[in-house]
Amino acid sequence: MNVLVFLIPAALALGLLALYGLFWSLKRNQYEDLEGAAYRVLQDDDIEQKK
Amino acid sequence: MGAAPDYSHFVKTDQEGRSRLDLAIDGITCAACLDDIETAMKRLPGVILARLNLTSHRLAVTFDSGRIDSGALAGALEAIGYRAYPYEQRKVEADEAARFTLLLKCLGVAVFAAMNIMLLSVSVWSGEASTIAPETRDFFHFLSALIALPAAVYAGQPFYTSAWTSLRQRRLNMDVPITIGVFLALTLSVYETWHHAPHAYFDSAIMLLAFLLAGRVMDQAMRRRTRAAAGNLAALKGENALRFEPGAGPEKLELVPVAALAAGDRVLVRAGERIPADGEIEQGSSALDESAITGETAGKPVGAGDMAYAGSVNGEGALTLRVTAAGHAALIDEAARLIEAASAARSRYMRLSDRVSRLYAPAVHLTALATGLVWLALGASAHDALVIAISVLIITCPCALALAVPTVQAMASGAFFRAGLFLNDATGLEKLGEIDTVVFDKTGTLTLPEPRVVNAHEIAPDLLALAARLARSSRHPLALALARSAPSNAPLPDARETPGQGVAAPYEGGEARLGSASFCGVETGASADEASAIFIRHGESWAKLAIRQTLRPDAAQVVAALRNKKFRIYILSGDRPQAVAPIAEFLGVEDWRGGQKPADKIAFIEELKERGAHVLMVGDGLNDAPALAAAYASLSPIDAVHLTQTQADAVFLGERLAPVASALAIARKARALMRQNLTFAIGYNVVAVPVAMAGHASPLFAALAMSGSSILVTLNALRLRGPGKSVTLAPRQASGEADSAPRFSRLAS
Repeated sequence: MNVLVFLIPAALALGLLALYGLFWSLKRNQYEDLEGAAYRVLQDDDIEQKK
Repeated sequence: MGAAPDYSHFVKTDQEGRSRLDLAIDGITCAACLDDIETAMKRLPGVILARLNLTSHRLAVTFDSGRIDSGALAGALEAIGYRAYPYEQRKVEADEAARFTLLLKCLGVAVFAAMNIMLLSVSVWSGEASTIAPETRDFFHFLSALIALPAAVYAGQPFYTSAWTSLRQRRLNMDVPITIGVFLALTLSVYETWHHAPHAYFDSAIMLLAFLLAGRVMDQAMRRRTRAAAGNLAALKGENALRFEPGAGPEKLELVPVAALAAGDRVLVRAGERIPADGEIEQGSSALDESAITGETAGKPVGAGDMAYAGSVNGEGALTLRVTAAGHAALIDEAARLIEAASAARSRYMRLSDRVSRLYAPAVHLTALATGLVWLALGASAHDALVIAISVLIITCPCALALAVPTVQAMASGAFFRAGLFLNDATGLEKLGEIDTVVFDKTGTLTLPEPRVVNAHEIAPDLLALAARLARSSRHPLALALARSAPSNAPLPDARETPGQGVAAPYEGGEARLGSASFCGVETGASADEASAIFIRHGESWAKLAIRQTLRPDAAQVVAALRNKKFRIYILSGDRPQAVAPIAEFLGVEDWRGGQKPADKIAFIEELKERGAHVLMVGDGLNDAPALAAAYASLSPIDAVHLTQTQADAVFLGERLAPVASALAIARKARALMRQNLTFAIGYNVVAVPVAMAGHASPLFAALAMSGSSILVTLNALRLRGPGKSVTLAPRQASGEADSAPRFSRLAS
């Protein structure tokens, strides 16, 4: 049963990490434009700057 | 006309001195537009940042106001084919967004806690069958408490605040029994944990919150999306006005958005333009088309000193208007007074879920009390009696009941959205489902808001196209109507307008003329509706174009479909009876009234209501607003005047009347599903409560019963959408017309 001493904190820590992720992404407005973000990756405006 | 409008009214300046303008954009059809628009913006000098939101169709531009003018931004977009208008975020929308974020955070916390507690609870449950050391079980319960208590405090906020507000107003809503249930379950569990007892209900309490929050997030997400789209439409409807620059000479005019007008400003309204704001006419005389306000289609002659109301359309003469503060107009005051009187009756409507919870909460709490007392009388210890009484409350905690309505609501507002409808108010959905009588206004509701050429099919296509090209050179109301109803063509070069007569231009070696009969040299017999006819002549060929209010393309179809579904149909119009009769006859509506004042409309609706009818009023004019407020439920087209739209339960888009039929069909279906869900949730309690009363409600049983019923209710609500679940009454036709409904349906898919 000693293994519980590690496993339960580990489970909680992983859960908390995910929760932190959610709060972080909400704060950074990551869900504001779900459609646009997918296409923004394909923009090559950064290439123009290199020329 | 070439001057760019001055949008500085909408521009905000941040701390670093940069200006920011938010624009709602029309015409975004695909992902490539994102690149188009942002690149076009960034090429402009002075633009620092441009970011388009592809979900909400809004563009945020940060720019240096010293180097570029705000109007030029919209101009640049127009040049590449997108219509843009400044968008001012309304407070409601910001509130909804904040609420959505809060709900999502609460859901995150609740799900995190529920998962971890479940991990511990499942071990305890499976341990019970074999053996589990009491110390380990107590340790697991202790850990559960450690997770559950802070999580419940955070994730339950929306319920606690709502329950508290409702209690303070001496009412009961569904959140009251939820709060009591969560609180009691947690208290009992902490007590039991403290005394090393075998049962704790932490998982039930947290799971309850997680399920309920999931339902609310779904509802809120749908509502937010609807609001965003409705906000864009409202912004894109925004118009500009020509204002005499204050302080400058009498000839200096500037183009400003209507929102920037203030009382005392003087504006110029040219022929054929819409009156931008209520005001007194200072100069000029003309005939105003007030059909948007009174329903009357014949023009009303006005001169200096008369009042002009926002929304009416100017006729042939230019007018100078001094803007007066809104609300001073006698007509609007009268409408507002009638609305206030009519909506008192309306606010008495009680939502389905509130009606249920008003009966439910006392019934459940009394049952729990009775259970405890009976066990005490049968000789159980005070502790056992209390535990069983509380477990009854936990089992009956209205999870499925609280999800029964919001899940259907979320699905239904999604279906509304796809049908081109915006729901203003969630109760509207329930009320629309009970409708058995439909009352239509005529002008702007059954008919299109703007007049069109009605005999286009009788005219040679090339002559019609020529007429439309000529019409583009004139601002006469009839010419504008003609230009609207024909496919767009470039105006003819060298067109000359003779005011009040017509337009002439050289064309193919001869001269083409568009205008009155005498201007075109056409001999006609005297005809009654001379005012709404316009002539075109080129060489020897000529034609008479009749311009009239036309019915919405599918009006007859929709009215017939509604009649087949056993709705009673009436037409109430503020227009002359002679103008209403042919339309009523064409649509096959026997019961119609013309020349109705707002008070007459209310009286008619009240009379129907007294006979027990649930009346839906569909109308657009200012004169309809009181009737909309008086009716059981109401709809208005998106072109309706502002005051009328705010009274409507839902607003529909596009040229077609089909959304009215869809609204009724969806709402009926939704109401049936809500009732099914409520019946199921109550049935579940009838089965589960005896088990709890007998003292057999273990935490495992509570968890299974609660999640099982919640999932079933949610799945039932999902039946409102899905493949093959089209809920329109009248068949919808695919159309390539300038109808904004399809574009917005893409947003919802």
